[in-house]
Amino acid sequence: MRDVAVVGFAQRQMEEFDGSPTCVELLVPLFEECYEQTGWTRKDVGFWCSGSSDYLAGRSFSFVQAVDAIGVIPPVNESHVEMDLAWALYEAWLKIQTGEVDTALVYAFGKSSAGVLRRTLALQLEPYTMTPLWPDTVSLAGLQARVGLDAGAWDERAMAEVVNRSLTAAEKNEYAVRKGGSSVEELLARPLYADPLRKHDCAPVTDGAAAIVLAAGDKAREVCDRPAWISGLAHYVDPMSMGTRDLTRSPSAERAAAAAGTAGVEVAELHAPFSHQELILRRELGLGDDVAINPSGGALSGNPMFSAGGIRIGEAAKKIWSGEAGRTLGHATSGPALQQNLVCVLDAEQKGA
Amino acid sequence: MAKQPAAVVGIGQTHHRAKREDVSMAGLCREAIDRALLDAGMTLDDIDAIVVGKAPDLFEGVMMPELFLAESLGAAGKPLLRVHTAGSVGGSTAIVASSLVQAGVHKRVLTVAYEKQSESNAMWALSVPVPFNMPVHAGAGGYFAPHVRSYIRRSGAPTHIGAIVAAKDRNNALRNPYAHLHNEGTTVESVLASQMLWDPIRYDETCPSSDGACALVIVDEDTAKASPNPAWIHGTVMRSEATSAAERDQVNPQASRDAAAALWKQAGITSPIDEIDAAEIYVPFSWFEPMWLESLGFADANGGGWRLTESGGTAMDGKIPVNCSGGVLSSNPIGASGMLRFGEAALQVRGAAGEHQVDGARKALGHAYGGGSQFFAMWVVGADKPTN
Repeated sequence: MRDVAVVGFAQRQMEEFDGSPTCVELLVPLFEECYEQTGWTRKDVGFWCSGSSDYLAGRSFSFVQAVDAIGVIPPVNESHVEMDLAWALYEAWLKIQTGEVDTALVYAFGKSSAGVLRRTLALQLEPYTMTPLWPDTVSLAGLQARVGLDAGAWDERAMAEVVNRSLTAAEKNEYAVRKGGSSVEELLARPLYADPLRKHDCAPVTDGAAAIVLAAGDKAREVCDRPAWISGLAHYVDPMSMGTRDLTRSPSAERAAAAAGTAGVEVAELHAPFSHQELILRRELGLGDDVAINPSGGALSGNPMFSAGGIRIGEAAKKIWSGEAGRTLGHATSGPALQQNLVCVLDAEQKGA
Repeated sequence: MAKQPAAVVGIGQTHHRAKREDVSMAGLCREAIDRALLDAGMTLDDIDAIVVGKAPDLFEGVMMPELFLAESLGAAGKPLLRVHTAGSVGGSTAIVASSLVQAGVHKRVLTVAYEKQSESNAMWALSVPVPFNMPVHAGAGGYFAPHVRSYIRRSGAPTHIGAIVAAKDRNNALRNPYAHLHNEGTTVESVLASQMLWDPIRYDETCPSSDGACALVIVDEDTAKASPNPAWIHGTVMRSEATSAAERDQVNPQASRDAAAALWKQAGITSPIDEIDAAEIYVPFSWFEPMWLESLGFADANGGGWRLTESGGTAMDGKIPVNCSGGVLSSNPIGASGMLRFGEAALQVRGAAGEHQVDGARKALGHAYGGGSQFFAMWVVGADKPTN
């Protein structure tokens, strides 16, 4: 395996983007930031890969115009996944591993506010028996939270602690769309939204976009004093069927963590759009109490669809760049109730080929 | 680090039809997957990872359908990727699957691409009005007809060239049991007598709208040793260019020319027409055969394409047989169409193309394009392990 590092990261998160349903206007300044961080122009980028969803944009081929944001004459080596940024990063990492290219810029975008997100996401479900019932994302997460409460896997207090820590941490994140800590008691006194979830247990509907730059070996060292070397990268998927899986667990997350190797992680950025999902993930990823979770505030402070998972990797990389940590972790999820999961472990030390 | 060798050892496709009402989306994919696994002598247990490709989700009305399909595709507990690069997606998906092996990450990868177009109306799913965007009314045919007119004007092509392509591909399809259209007795005259849809494109010069899927099993060098006839991957390429750049040449796009140049270089090919024995080129409207022949370098860019087509050079017994399977003109499940091209190219070099086999084919091209002629995916496969 080649040593590949995260060497650039830019993001935007907002409650409501005042622009096109695709958010592609956001990409140009994001690319500009990536060029500033690396000193590159677009001709230094060997491979491009994006993540987005046609259903979120309400049209076919929504990613096509994003290519225009690259400014593509001459043409580029480019691909697209109908997945979160984290999986676009995975495809780019693969491309670098083949030896075909040494550098990549991956990006993602989505305007969740263009529709009713929880209802749009109901179209992700099994179309023959589930979607006709329109079970929305928040309700499904509520069912998952209830299963865990009833089974004693967690309690409401633990959920409120996750929220309080996240919203307190978010005060230092300029991109957070929901922030401001409180107390567990005060949070628990707030009204229920989708029993047993309160509003603050659910990630806010967020618009946004993000971009990440990858580079191999010397290319990484040239542009970054402390590259965040990818020492583990793995993803797995579970069956969707809500009736046949144990909703208090996420086998795909556990498997991804085992494959990526999470020992010694100091900081973990977890993509948990609902408070109880962080509790599941901490268990599946084997993260002890000594691991700092979501110093950015995590998805509960901002969850732009299709970039929020990748943003976790970007936030984890920043901790390596700044010297605050030697080993960090970024996690991304997709599908209802933590169906699909990716774990990316980043190291300050290069493993060496 | 160099790429690890990779080869196709299993190919499966569905019987493509206008409406496959006998199967669900999962059933459609499994029909192709099961045939590919049987061909490879494997079961789903042998597979390390799965890569799914399809065109816009609006075609079936399910957002990211690979999530609900995960279990039936055998992906549960495994890595699952979903690629979407417009019409080129079937090709791009095969390339992403190849890269999993070429990167040394996995040894046995299953990839499947599908479209079940009967779940909606593809033409109108492509024509959703988008604020502040040029409308694409009346689907792809209306979009591409001006490009064809421009090609005819630039190249001085006689107006019956498109009909030659259509008649050839429809007759080739008669030798392919999986093809959607089996239109007996199609001739240049009958094509020219068919209804004009988008001048100069006539009804018989357009692809059908199909339900269908294609699956490939792509493996590493060690695993390929067990196969009697692996199709080795000699080169893969993807190139994209912007939609709305004023300087774009939409008839012979730079992304296409750049992709071809990079592909031939990777595969060590200096004269495509002499070294490629069979080509499966993405031709959704008949005229795209001569257009792509020129862009890919099989013929000169001053009308060499239509001259090659007119001379019979692209027929089954021609210098460069093109779309012996019947091509996109005979089956078009959009998301799968690119992978069908890639898979049919692999069938040729494996000597497994049945009645549409080109005798002694050793190297073949698989080609796909999408968007407004702006996304390109191609590969060269060979009967021999690459030496480069």
